[in-house]
Amino acid sequence: MNILVCISSVPDTTSSINFTADNKNLNTDGLTYIINPYDEFCLTKAIFIKEKTSATITVINVGNNNTEPILRKALAIGADKAVRINREAQNSRIVAECIYDYCTSHQFDLIFCGRESIDYNGGKVPGFLAAKLNLPFINGCIGLEIKDDLLECKREVDNGHETSTTKSPVVIAGQKGLVEEKDLRIPSMRGIMTARTKPLEVIESTLEMEHNITVVEYEKPLERSTCKMLNEDEVDKLIDLLSNEAKVI
Amino acid sequence: MAIVTVIENWEGNLKKVSFETLSYGKKMAEKLGMQLIAVTLGCAETEKMIKYGADKIINISNLTFEQNSNKNITQICSEIIKENEAKFIILSNTNTGKSIAPLLAIELNTGLISNAIDYPETHTPLIVKCKSFSSKAYVKFQSNYSTNIITILPNSIGELSEATGNGEIINIEKELINTNNNINIENRSTENEKISLPDAEIVVSAGRGLKGPENWNMIEDLADVLGAGTACSKPVSDMGWRPHSEHVGQTGLAINPELYIAIGISGAIQHLAGVNSSKNIVVINTDPEAPFFKAANYGIIGDAFVVVPKLINALKKYKN
Repeated sequence: MNILVCISSVPDTTSSINFTADNKNLNTDGLTYIINPYDEFCLTKAIFIKEKTSATITVINVGNNNTEPILRKALAIGADKAVRINREAQNSRIVAECIYDYCTSHQFDLIFCGRESIDYNGGKVPGFLAAKLNLPFINGCIGLEIKDDLLECKREVDNGHETSTTKSPVVIAGQKGLVEEKDLRIPSMRGIMTARTKPLEVIESTLEMEHNITVVEYEKPLERSTCKMLNEDEVDKLIDLLSNEAKVI
Repeated sequence: MAIVTVIENWEGNLKKVSFETLSYGKKMAEKLGMQLIAVTLGCAETEKMIKYGADKIINISNLTFEQNSNKNITQICSEIIKENEAKFIILSNTNTGKSIAPLLAIELNTGLISNAIDYPETHTPLIVKCKSFSSKAYVKFQSNYSTNIITILPNSIGELSEATGNGEIINIEKELINTNNNINIENRSTENEKISLPDAEIVVSAGRGLKGPENWNMIEDLADVLGAGTACSKPVSDMGWRPHSEHVGQTGLAINPELYIAIGISGAIQHLAGVNSSKNIVVINTDPEAPFFKAANYGIIGDAFVVVPKLINALKKYKN
């Protein structure tokens, strides 16, 4: 089985997000980058499948060479091969088109993407990719069982769960539930050493694409006013505040 | 030219997000002098859309959202969008909306702007403010496509009180073509009893401070009094005290209710990522140093086992 896991490089969850003085760009000073957490659940699921069935895992990223550390980490965790499409990930459509382009010359049975990336929260790449490839699309996948060529998928819907079956190839936008938090792998020393000898292919992007969606400006949300503190006996006061000040009950 | 809104329903019934989507479309339609068309599948309450100002309500009566894959729904909606020469297509950024919008964007070759938290700043070119970085920042995106899809972050706009439109209801049947490479939906389990989290105006959430799953009765009681949804922190769902579907935070659900009440949750940054766009936050915690107080509007330093029962009683009195 041939598995592709699409991964993006995102600022660590705990990072404080700041912009350049004109608010037109992200200020990347002091940011640490990690594998997008949703992608990491997918990668771990791919490793589980590999350990059961002998699959090959390729990880792919669209970005400049700053993203290579996360590709190395993916290799150290258990991917067999990494591919970097050398192009700025300016918007979701460009990323999806680059991955689509790669998929047209490679055969994959399973294509995993995280449900969304924790930076722009767009959640567009997996759907774009499924539509471009004309493949079944499992969005928000929280469970996957493979029975020969049949895939049993569980996904989150707005008021519960949906189970469905489909056949590979398929695009899966995964999240926690595919594997659990405790299943995530920390690279071992041996893994890190082996990763150095695994292939990391850099492909120059030749796609000609108009840059049709752009960032105009970044903005910080308004700060919350100072917290009004009450003690254990002041629940009536809380109710009063919620009803007359906040007007929410 | 028209604005087409894809209006979701749950087993035929419309919810708040359905009206929010419709209202968003209506406001744009009025501004641009366009017709507002609502598309829905298997809807039992089409007439309810009239008072939100839809000019035309197209209900695909032989199909439902529940029984069709995102691919099928995309096919049906894109036909109607094309027939009506839509300039803007509006959806809610629910699980269904998130699944359909990117497929529609490729099918129709349109721009897609997701997680909008406000009306467009300009329409040509389209500039819209969106939630990003798990609510730590907003980004204004510009699209240079001639046709665009906007998905709205649920609960971020609210619904218009009333609007007028032609209110023409059209029930039609559609046939699905190209059903290759598709998904067979086997089963859908719904939690009907409960208020769905993205839709809830008030959410009561609890964390490890509750000490064990057996203590959740009081959380559910509090939610009942308030008509609220229930949620939990990540450790609680990891330990299996509560289902994963209740986990709000970085790797769980992101919500933005009018009121979020956090009980026994310290407020780690991963948790805040899922809730900090809530309009009002109440934190109840024994630890005065809990970081959550810094992100809250109202705080009670105290033991949940003392405060919550008191609060339930006081709320019952208030409601009466």
